Amino acid sequence: MSPGRAAFSRFMRNRLAVGCLILLVLLCLLAAGAPLIEAMLGIDPEAVDLMARLEPASAAHPLGTDELGRDVLARLLEGGRVSLAVGLATALIAALVGTLIGVAAGYVGGALDALLMRLTDGVIALPLLPLLIVLAAVDPAKLGLPAEMVGSPWFGLARIVAIIGLVGWTTVARLSRAAALSLRDRDFVRASRATGAGPLRIMRRHILPNVVSPVIVATTLSVGNVILLESALSFLGLGIQPPLPSWGNMLSGALELIHASPALAVWPGVMIFLTVLAFNFLGDGLQDAFEPRSPTTRL
Amino acid sequence: MLRHLAGRIGQSAVVLLIMSFVVYGLIGLMPGDPIDLMISSNPKLTPADAERLRHLYGLDQPLLGRWWAWLGAALSGDFGHSRLYARPVLEVMAAPLVNTLLLMGTALTLSLAIALPLGVLAGTRPGGWFDRAANLLAFAGISMPVFWLGLMLIVLFAVRLGWLPASGVETVGGGDRARHMVLPVLTLALAGIGQHLRYMRAAMIETLRQDWIRTARAKGLSWRRVVLRHALRHALTPVATVVALEAGALFSGALITETVFAWPGMGKLIYDSVMGNDFNLALATLLLATAVTLAANVAADFAYAALDPRITWR
Repeated sequence: MSPGRAAFSRFMRNRLAVGCLILLVLLCLLAAGAPLIEAMLGIDPEAVDLMARLEPASAAHPLGTDELGRDVLARLLEGGRVSLAVGLATALIAALVGTLIGVAAGYVGGALDALLMRLTDGVIALPLLPLLIVLAAVDPAKLGLPAEMVGSPWFGLARIVAIIGLVGWTTVARLSRAAALSLRDRDFVRASRATGAGPLRIMRRHILPNVVSPVIVATTLSVGNVILLESALSFLGLGIQPPLPSWGNMLSGALELIHASPALAVWPGVMIFLTVLAFNFLGDGLQDAFEPRSPTTRL
Repeated sequence: MLRHLAGRIGQSAVVLLIMSFVVYGLIGLMPGDPIDLMISSNPKLTPADAERLRHLYGLDQPLLGRWWAWLGAALSGDFGHSRLYARPVLEVMAAPLVNTLLLMGTALTLSLAIALPLGVLAGTRPGGWFDRAANLLAFAGISMPVFWLGLMLIVLFAVRLGWLPASGVETVGGGDRARHMVLPVLTLALAGIGQHLRYMRAAMIETLRQDWIRTARAKGLSWRRVVLRHALRHALTPVATVVALEAGALFSGALITETVFAWPGMGKLIYDSVMGNDFNLALATLLLATAVTLAANVAADFAYAALDPRITWR
């Protein structure tokens, strides 16, 4: 049995991780199909109805309405679209950047390695949240970006992805550097070099395939962390800007109404919690599957 | 050892210097510069006045020059005035620093007091029922959005039950600081337990696999004695490193939790100064946060070396 197949069968035996994977796929489908579902139920996430503010759950609004009379269920679905998209996109970008930096540092070594690792150490040693707050508070208009671009909701999304991606690549960089370093002088790599393969070819053919499994584990775990960071920034008013809903900014509206309508604060948080929990269990299960000897969870 | 220490401190100083420049530049990119704010508070200012003011405050100088001037003043202890509080920046930071130390110190102690025994117990029988339960708790802890945990505690204890105040440090009149601390401390401690438990458990499992543990058992020592006297000491080393890393937050505060509970600590001060365009205060608080985090990193390195006699520096 190939190592890949062995890992796959180990993963499939981990019921919790498989369950989490199924849950996440379902969540992604629900979020991607949100416009369809809303059309079927005949609800509009942006329809303001001031006569029906803060209503309890009913047949027309299964989870009630918020402070502007908008349907909470529809906004949860829309918010999920945003939160999941930001989480996945940011984690993928961070993984890409981290792998490039890590493999380059580990394989090439020398001064480049020293420089890149100093940079990584420097970024890791910074206080994460205050730094993110400052980056999020920067006025893009002052960077000379055109106003119509700055004003679009897509820009807000791209911006939060860029901000979190900017500080999120370090774990993957360290992991892939360590893997590249340990492979660099193995016999099969030397043999390849002796037959005339250039560094780029060796990195692509021999280093990258061996870096993939730790990177997949770290990236899965980081999706959860990105969702937590995005929701925290949006909660503080610095991430996704209303009227575009995200699970985080729905909660900041709920904080102001915590005495009048505590129920509003429940659902977005439950969704964040379950999603992040599922990504963490999934990442842990993948780690068990790839490296059965590591001392991790068995639930 | 000393050379290594000097090297690490020098490196941190360089990172801090670079950060001070980056933050200085970024703060200039935030909405509203000081002159705009003056114009909005006094509409009689003409564009010519604005230009004169800009020159007077040196805002027409290049960024590098302005940063250099700021750095010179800062190194001689002058961080300027806070715009929001109309007082010298260092004076503004004193009270929040005390509040944060109190809050973070209590929360960290509580979290460790709960997580470490649970982690040891879970790590001695990996896969057992207790381990599974502890793991579930740990995963819940690291997956919980901390601001939502705070919100739920407010809903339960302040709104529904009305037992505890939802925000602030003291009610007018004072004397009830402890009651105000309960919810934020609980939030931070619950959020920290997951991570601490996982570290302690992993370190314990790793330690109990060692050959010298088997030797100790083979000598006839009881399991209890082996775990508590031999394994625990060894397993605490990586945990101590992690705790040293977190010590930085004792001074820079918990930005989210402090904001949710309106606890006037360093984290909330950072948030308020950034949001309120208080440039001098934002710079000083951010750099303090960076400095203590860097210091905690160095401390964590040395804690590891000090606790593990096998590590020596040439």
